[in-house]
Amino acid sequence: MTAATSHKALIWKVFGILSVITAVEVFLGITKPAFLHTVYLAGTNLLNIIFLVLTLVKAYYIAWFFMHLADEKKGLRRAIVWTVFFLILYLATLLLLEGDYLRGIEINYTKWNY
Amino acid sequence: MEANDAATQTTGSWSGGNKPLGASYGKMMMWFFIMSDALTFSGFLGAYGLMRFKFLDTWPIADEVFTHIPFIHGDYPMYYVAFMTFVLIFSSVTMVLAVDAGHHLKKGKVIFYMLLTIIGGIIFLGSQAWEWSHFIGGDKGAIQLNDGKIIQFIDAKGHQVKLEDFAAAKTDQRVRHTSSKGIWNVSEPALPPVSLEQVITGFKAHPDLQLRLEKIDSKTKEKLLVPHQDAGSYLANAKRVVIGANLEVNEYGKTLFGDFFFFITGFHGFHVFSGILINIIIFFNVIIGTYERRGHYEMVEKVALYWHFVDLVWVFVFTFFYLV
Repeated sequence: MTAATSHKALIWKVFGILSVITAVEVFLGITKPAFLHTVYLAGTNLLNIIFLVLTLVKAYYIAWFFMHLADEKKGLRRAIVWTVFFLILYLATLLLLEGDYLRGIEINYTKWNY
Repeated sequence: MEANDAATQTTGSWSGGNKPLGASYGKMMMWFFIMSDALTFSGFLGAYGLMRFKFLDTWPIADEVFTHIPFIHGDYPMYYVAFMTFVLIFSSVTMVLAVDAGHHLKKGKVIFYMLLTIIGGIIFLGSQAWEWSHFIGGDKGAIQLNDGKIIQFIDAKGHQVKLEDFAAAKTDQRVRHTSSKGIWNVSEPALPPVSLEQVITGFKAHPDLQLRLEKIDSKTKEKLLVPHQDAGSYLANAKRVVIGANLEVNEYGKTLFGDFFFFITGFHGFHVFSGILINIIIFFNVIIGTYERRGHYEMVEKVALYWHFVDLVWVFVFTFFYLV
């Protein structure tokens, strides 16, 4: 506990990183550059993938440095992060694939010309 | 406590007394709770993702829905929710600073930072209440067709037009039924400010107006427009005027959009609310010196875990509701 000042410096650094990422997200969300927004990859557009990656980076910084997972033992950290991460990944993959399938069905039965 | 553990600890890995994960009971339980809560939230967000993917071509565009800042007129997409995000992140920072001060047993600093955290939480919750009330109250208004689709009105410049701005003057004498007026003991919800007939007549009198459908053109990412001369067949199917949002219908588009918005941001807001309550309890415990006498501020760490988790969830809610 002698590293009082260095810990505080780390907190402010993480705050800076989170703020910058949020600012970038908001900027991209408002401008929606066409070269990102209309290029498709893995079932969605490039812009959404950037948002997802930035969100995961933010989640990493919050969990590791605000929730102090970085200071926990490796076993505890993995028990928490891997469990949640892989369960959610599995759930999200199945639900999104299913949603995409439902879209293919639904789109045939929706009319837009009256 | 540590001395106590050392006294009871016997030799050998399986003799008990070991702490293989190096975390106290209370902290572990908080982590267990957070994990289960994270899975609950991911279930909600997953269901949202399912429906979002199903109605990918007709989902409301967030930038067109959340466009307001308190006390300022005009269209400013996203700035206010960005401010809310920033407030919540900053309250997380003050919380972790309180934990840091707790490690050094600096009671005054713990009190100060926890107070800032509570204030940040209250600002966030107030902002969310404002956003909800604006979402519920509505903005420009729309028409719902018989099959449930929402039709909005667009002027020549491509901006959405408020129904009252072009609707024809009131011709009928229709007033709201209350239990004391009209049919005896029968009441009804408030009437929209303009009737369907007024809107349709007004639309026909303004040839520069067009209709906007929910359907999004996948190339331009804009919603499809119906030119004025083709609008008649759409308006012939009109059912009612929709202003604002509730669980059954909303003027922004898909009903599910409003439902998920209310449910997920509401569930998160409830977490923020309970987080503030817990923070206040611990705040007063710090003031009366409970943890100073106990010799450590681990309780502050535990509520901090919860508070950071609420922030963590908001990061995802922000992305999936406002950005993508």
